[in-house]
Amino acid sequence: MQVTLRIKRFNPETDTKPHFEEYVVDVEGTDRVLDALNQVKWTQDGTLTYRRSCAHGICGSDAMRINGRNRLACKVLMKDLGKRVTVEPLIGFKVEKDLLVDMEPFFNAYKSVKPYLIADDAPSAGERLQSPADRARFDDTTKCILCAACTSSCPITWTSDDFVGPAAIVNAHRFIFDSRDKGASDRLRILNSQSGVWRCRTIFNCTDACPRDIKITEAIEQVKRALLSEQV
Amino acid sequence: MAYHRYDAVIVGAGGAGLMAAIQLAGHANIAVVSKLYPPRSHTGAAQGGISAALGNTEEDHWEWHMFDTVKGGDYLVDQDAAEVLAREAIDAVLELEHMGLPFNRTPDGKIDQRRFGGHSRDFGAAPVRRACYAADRTGHMIIQTLYQQGIKHNVNFFDEFHLLDILFTDDGQCCGVVVYEIKTGEIHTIHAKTVLIASGGYGRVFKITSNALAGTGDGVAIAYRRGIPLMDMEFYQFHPTGLYKLGILVSEAARGEGGVLINNEGERFAERYAPTMKDLAPRDMVSRFIYQEVKEGRGIDGKDYVLLDVSHLGPEVIDQKLPDVTDFARVYLGVEPKKEGIPIQPTAHYAMGGLPTNVEGQVIHDPEGSVVPGFYSAGESACVSVHGANRLGTNSLVDLVVFGRRAGRHMLEYVQNNDFVELPKNHEDFARSQVDAILSRQNGEHAANIRAEMQEVMMDKVSVVRNERGLLEARDKIAELKSRYQSICVQDRGSTYNTDLLEALELGAMLDCAETIIFGAMAREESRGAHYREDFEARDDRNWLAHSLIYRTDSGMELRKKPVSITRFEPKERKY
Repeated sequence: MQVTLRIKRFNPETDTKPHFEEYVVDVEGTDRVLDALNQVKWTQDGTLTYRRSCAHGICGSDAMRINGRNRLACKVLMKDLGKRVTVEPLIGFKVEKDLLVDMEPFFNAYKSVKPYLIADDAPSAGERLQSPADRARFDDTTKCILCAACTSSCPITWTSDDFVGPAAIVNAHRFIFDSRDKGASDRLRILNSQSGVWRCRTIFNCTDACPRDIKITEAIEQVKRALLSEQV
Repeated sequence: MAYHRYDAVIVGAGGAGLMAAIQLAGHANIAVVSKLYPPRSHTGAAQGGISAALGNTEEDHWEWHMFDTVKGGDYLVDQDAAEVLAREAIDAVLELEHMGLPFNRTPDGKIDQRRFGGHSRDFGAAPVRRACYAADRTGHMIIQTLYQQGIKHNVNFFDEFHLLDILFTDDGQCCGVVVYEIKTGEIHTIHAKTVLIASGGYGRVFKITSNALAGTGDGVAIAYRRGIPLMDMEFYQFHPTGLYKLGILVSEAARGEGGVLINNEGERFAERYAPTMKDLAPRDMVSRFIYQEVKEGRGIDGKDYVLLDVSHLGPEVIDQKLPDVTDFARVYLGVEPKKEGIPIQPTAHYAMGGLPTNVEGQVIHDPEGSVVPGFYSAGESACVSVHGANRLGTNSLVDLVVFGRRAGRHMLEYVQNNDFVELPKNHEDFARSQVDAILSRQNGEHAANIRAEMQEVMMDKVSVVRNERGLLEARDKIAELKSRYQSICVQDRGSTYNTDLLEALELGAMLDCAETIIFGAMAREESRGAHYREDFEARDDRNWLAHSLIYRTDSGMELRKKPVSITRFEPKERKY
């Protein structure tokens, strides 16, 4: 079937502001948006620029705005979109070129919550033990692929530069609720600051945007409750 | 021109590269270069598990793991290396847990383990639970955990830099790399005492593949151009269960948990070919079973696919142990695995071949094992060889952590005992000339056409089943494409995120990989593991119980044989 892609373009070397360009592609309903973008790049306009790698929703490279919603281009099928499809870069980040945005602030926010296990020395033999129930407490937040779809969907991040954003909180949650981790108080202190969880207004955009179906708003609420009750 | 100096530079931020980086961090000044952000690396796509004979759920021993690895590789595995792999897997998996990897747990809190293809108890008697796992996103958790450790250890990451060249002195010592900053188009030289290539595989040379678009063999091809031989390139694994037409992987864990393959007659056909291991026979064999079923008209509706059925496992097992792979079937094929079979076909998955190394990760350059000073490789870009002619499921993740760690440790020793050597004169010229040639050409063909034709012919003639006629055709086709590549042209001539240029450079690497795969496949007149020749159906230990080293010379490609290390297990016929 023929579909018209309206793609927001911006080349910092030649443009002063972004503009839309239209491309007609011939696709199967089961093709991904990424396949359609590739078709443009490979057969019509080699200058079209975006990130991509695994092409099946696990590497987190190709989050973008598709018909106004943050999605992974490799996880949305053309049959679910209609005959005209609008593709734009994630909002809230600086656009570097076309659909590709500056990810540095996103990764810096991630790094600010100490996203690594903080624990006592490991046992000299064998693994640290953890019950299946304890393991289940943070299972959902281990699924994050750092694609930024959630953070970019959050209205709070559009207006304030210092909010760490939902993805960073998700990754803090993954450690705060890990029974092996001893860094919870440290991370909770960071998230109790002005840039932390209290900026969240429970809008649920993040949960809707997550391509991994992580219950992000719930995870943020769990962190808030841990702060209020001073226990994990 | 930008110049940097580091004790060690690591190219590739997947499992092997990061595992090596963690060994060096804090003890040496290091840089990790990747064309992606590290957590985007393809290690993250691994699903089912990482094997280690922990014996947490039933009796197991590393000797059994070693035997399975050797047998699974159709006896082309170097047994000294397989012993290292199986022994050190245990400690490596525990180290991952200590770093925070969230493995699934047994009721008593230990790391849970499950069955996987080709892994057996008591030297082949029956399947064994050896694969440690985190749902069906084990690779995702490995890449996340290792990246987190990299952050913790303040590793210097050069994110989104593309490898252009590897530098060697006139007497063959490795002394750095030349890389392209994707954001700005600037060329950087990283001068180093030692270089690790951990740049992964090259599945994108084939049309149907489970590999990321980034899997283009850059590091392997660039080393080859610099005179380093490539080993066992003819051995390329086709995973039996890729989603039909898409190639997206459906983990062997689906069969490990009890899923079965079904043909058009509703028959569970694997047991006809492999009475003991059935659907859990090694991947090369199961891929050929499917090929045979399709050839004899028992593909679904006469087409070139069969079904993977997990519906009988029940919703609980599917949701808790196979959530991601069953989601792939829903999203991409509209199939509900709780009710119906998943259409699957073999998909290009893993390169057993690559840069030849010893067990310390040092790249070697001749059949005697002479090392290239300062030059290392680990992970899929390397060939130790622990996978021989066919890799067992889960062993790629074991390979990453065991040999990434070993390479990192050996590099640290090297860094502490050696000084910087001078860079060769005009060291950026070769890299710059490649980039300039492509950017300045005004007319020519776009990379996409050439790439599509390469992928087509490789899939048709050089995949699960091969013969001389097909290989000759493929050889001529790749030669034609290489000559057309000389006049390749891009539409994007800018310097900011020029991904058009990157795809052209990647195609150059893939064509080199394709050429060596075909050369190796033509030379090896036998069938062994993943390399199956219709015209030479039997394994030929008398002539071919040997690795192939392929050299690029002024007069074309040259093949030399390297002996296989055999320590414990004499080659036998492979039955499952």
